[in-house]
Amino acid sequence: MSRSKPEPVQVVKQRRDNALKALIGGIPYVQWLGIQFDRRGDELTATLPFDEKLIGNPFLPAIHGGVTSAFLEITAMIELSWSMLWEEMEKGTLDPRALDAAHLPRLPKTIDFTVDYLRSGLPRDAYARARVNRSGRRYASVHVEAWQDNRARLFAQATGHFLIPARQPLGAAPGGTAPE
Amino acid sequence: MTDPSPAQRFIEAIPHSRALGMQLEEIGDGRAVISMPYDARFIGDPATGVIAGGAVSALMDTCCGAAVMSYPGARGTATLDLRIDYMRAAKPGQRIIARAECFHATRTVAFVRATAHDEDESLPVATASGAFTMESATREGGK
Repeated sequence: MSRSKPEPVQVVKQRRDNALKALIGGIPYVQWLGIQFDRRGDELTATLPFDEKLIGNPFLPAIHGGVTSAFLEITAMIELSWSMLWEEMEKGTLDPRALDAAHLPRLPKTIDFTVDYLRSGLPRDAYARARVNRSGRRYASVHVEAWQDNRARLFAQATGHFLIPARQPLGAAPGGTAPE
Repeated sequence: MTDPSPAQRFIEAIPHSRALGMQLEEIGDGRAVISMPYDARFIGDPATGVIAGGAVSALMDTCCGAAVMSYPGARGTATLDLRIDYMRAAKPGQRIIARAECFHATRTVAFVRATAHDEDESLPVATASGAFTMESATREGGK
């Protein structure tokens, strides 16, 4: 393919933002918990805005341990999906315009998930970032950290193993290549 | 089964458990059984309609915590760590039932294991094991 001019920044941003929106917007539980994702390049940060329905201990009050676990698991799973989506999008083998609710890449399946509760979750917004430590053809290992007021003071961390879905050429661009 | 009303009030007092529609089925002597109805809002995989792993985690955590609370002499608890293994997807449309057992407790730590299944009881949907803090009545009294 011939080398073309770099794409305008807005086009690139919009493509990436739309892909992320399609990935997250289709999951009812993510919407129900109110989790949002911020993107800087390929880096994602998840935010869980505080809400009364997230409380597990009304006397402290503290966020429910199950909410913390769910927040970490969603962050890990989205990070893993996003890293695969990103790779295909950058290679040009996937056209994000073909991504809608009916044409989403299959999500990874959680094999196991271990949460380490370091502090009680305060009634405030929580943030999380995940790192894919290993991603093979079938299995992936993902670590995730969550904090509230201070980035260095984690309130929970977790490691999970995921089964990577078989990759089908979903929304593949005709020809399957794009300008590098 | 013990009288569900005070026990159900315990669950009702937890906003998140109430939001997930959890029902306390049985509790006592370090064991708890809690169910969660199927709800389309808690779907984790839109392609299959399967409930999110996170919702199952919340059910498991609540059930394990309830089991610790019902252990003789327990006053309070918090999760230290919890590992969940997902054996299979829960059948869309079916409620999930978790059973937890606090099989050992010291004055400071409680060890818990749990299983969750849907209407098919032959293979669990998930199993869990965890360590919880134990605030015991005896320790309080000894202060």
